[in-house]
Amino acid sequence: MFRKLSLTAAMALALTAGQATAAELEIEVTDYDFSFEGPFGSYDQMQLQRGLQVYTEICAACHGLEFVAFRNLSDEGGPGLPEDQMRAYAEFYEVFDQSLFDGEGDFRPATPADKFPESSLSNAPDLSLMAKARAGFSGPYGTGISQFVNGMGGAEYIASLMTGYHEEPECALEGEPMDGFYNVAFAAGGFPESCKDENGKHKVPGSWIAMSQPLWGDDVDYADGAPTDLEAVSKDVAAFLMWTAEPKLVARKQAGLTGVLFLTVLSVLLYLTNKRLWAPHKHKD
Amino acid sequence: MGGIPHDHYEPKSGGEKWLHSRLPIVGLMYDTLMLPTPKNLNWMWIWGIVLVFTLVLQIVTGIVLVMHYVPHVDMAFASVEHIMRDVNGGHMIRYFHQNGASLFFVAVYAHIFRSLYYGSYKSPREVTWIVGMLMYVLMMGTAFMGYVLPWGQMSFHGTAVITGLFGAIPFVGESIQIWLLGTPNGAIAQPALNRFFSLHYLLPFILLGLTIVHIWAFHTTGNNNPTGVEVRRTSKEDAAKDTLPFWPYFVIKDLFALAIILALFVAVVGFMPNYLGHPDNYIPANPLATPSHIVPEWYFLPFYAVLRAFDQDVWLVIAVNWITFGIIDAKFFGVIAMFGAIVVMALAPWLDTSSVRSGRYRPMFKWWFWLFAVNFVLLMWVGARPAEGIYPYIALIGSTYWFAYFLVILPLLGVIEKPTTPPATIEDDFNAHYAPKGDGATPVANPAE
Repeated sequence: MFRKLSLTAAMALALTAGQATAAELEIEVTDYDFSFEGPFGSYDQMQLQRGLQVYTEICAACHGLEFVAFRNLSDEGGPGLPEDQMRAYAEFYEVFDQSLFDGEGDFRPATPADKFPESSLSNAPDLSLMAKARAGFSGPYGTGISQFVNGMGGAEYIASLMTGYHEEPECALEGEPMDGFYNVAFAAGGFPESCKDENGKHKVPGSWIAMSQPLWGDDVDYADGAPTDLEAVSKDVAAFLMWTAEPKLVARKQAGLTGVLFLTVLSVLLYLTNKRLWAPHKHKD
Repeated sequence: MGGIPHDHYEPKSGGEKWLHSRLPIVGLMYDTLMLPTPKNLNWMWIWGIVLVFTLVLQIVTGIVLVMHYVPHVDMAFASVEHIMRDVNGGHMIRYFHQNGASLFFVAVYAHIFRSLYYGSYKSPREVTWIVGMLMYVLMMGTAFMGYVLPWGQMSFHGTAVITGLFGAIPFVGESIQIWLLGTPNGAIAQPALNRFFSLHYLLPFILLGLTIVHIWAFHTTGNNNPTGVEVRRTSKEDAAKDTLPFWPYFVIKDLFALAIILALFVAVVGFMPNYLGHPDNYIPANPLATPSHIVPEWYFLPFYAVLRAFDQDVWLVIAVNWITFGIIDAKFFGVIAMFGAIVVMALAPWLDTSSVRSGRYRPMFKWWFWLFAVNFVLLMWVGARPAEGIYPYIALIGSTYWFAYFLVILPLLGVIEKPTTPPATIEDDFNAHYAPKGDGATPVANPAE
């Protein structure tokens, strides 16, 4: 399934002569299918583990996960690493501990209680909440009602960003060379004047992103033998980042389902009580 | 309590009499629960219970959230994530609280529009209406300040927009803005977060107090009802023909409606809890990066549309600007219009000149009312659009109709409209729907509805 989506952004950069002119931005986000969509969806444990591997081997070079603790990797509903594996994984990271060395602080191997390190590159955003900070699509007429079956689309957005690197369009070659890399799923980057029409409308989707293409396909070797083409790897890391953003998703949906069922039964009982109660006064008994 | 004659609490045992002569609290509770209530109330009379429930829900979840939240600019965002990840059940408590705000406004808008249609604001219920409007404004303030607390991108830049409104007031605006934010340069920083946190905790309890005043006021006048005809007060027997006690008849009815509404609410919380939020608020506040599109929460959108509708190209704005020697510029005009939109609504009891209370018996009013309701949704929609192209015109037409409805249409309709005749009593109306056995249809003028 491939959809073109329209994002409207009144960009600060597009302010001309005090008159706000919002550029009609178009980005291409593919509506990938994920196991955690819909009221009954849950995370695919193996996919989260694969995504963790992609994150560790590639993303972690620049990006951080400051809100995620190593112990979370063993939590129910998440990647579900066995405890010894999770401990071994944590020790692979070094964290700065202010209490060591008589208050001077020193580095030590991470423990399960520690959080993942922050981003090491100053302009690389933290990825903990990225899948909730981006909504890939907002449904018909911007109502977003499709979230009920599709989720917010943050994971779709991340996977589309990973696969969205393309050759620069012809129009971009006419003007000044652009900083960064052309990506059809990225909205907030630079955009060349030569690719806008006379009304300021963009002639090509996406914009220029500072991050060079991180995934190319066959970037990792999966222990479970799952496919490693670009799309598969992108989806795996996107699913992992959805989990880092919403680790309690499975518990939440279960609570929601229990609540809805309970209240449905309760309302039927109250309906019958109410009917019985009013019957003599409505002359229906 | 109240003018509707009914049985009052009579203490029987010695203990009851002892307490009753010292503190008549059981009697107060009895009279409150056994209030004679018009028996023809329809399903639009359930929103009060929903609102009381939601206020309690917000206070209870809010108190738990405060146990884990840290009102510090460097820690607020992380403490919310701590609640979402580490606190037992924290993600559900937080999502209930976050979406509870939306449930609150869904219920309050339904409640307000019910009052507007059935003329519940009219004499003798003006005080109930005014107290209600006050509560509505307090709710909006509370909701806005609560949205600031997670200290995300929308929290921060939304604060800039809202406090900027006060900055538009001539002469004193800048001082007010600095006073509100508590920093010498008007920066949004720690002092703002601290005071919004303090007020966000305080205002709900004031709302709770006003809820009691609101209920006290309409228990004094008695409920309105879909016919707008008053309960007969000539005798206890007459009153009993028009009413049923609040307990158990309306308590059970309202609980049934509440259960259905909560089932929908829990579905939203469980399956799409971020649907009504804005993704940008999952990015920590950054003063240096302004989000591409600052949009308030859905429940503010109609008034946000009014605020933006009156830009410097509108002739009325130009004229006012010229007459006042530029004191009232376009920005300040917008602020006046936004607050004025609520003020004219609060004045409805004195602007509506019709002698008939319920819209059911006002053939012309009906059309204008439904146009007003559609217009409200239209303003909500256009409030989320960027201020460009056709949208400012739609916002301007919608805003103009809002004011015209209260300032022109309501006063005029009372004079030119020829209302139909309401039933003589509530009992007649009720029996027209639920005919007594062997009586067939009761010959009472009552349009099918």
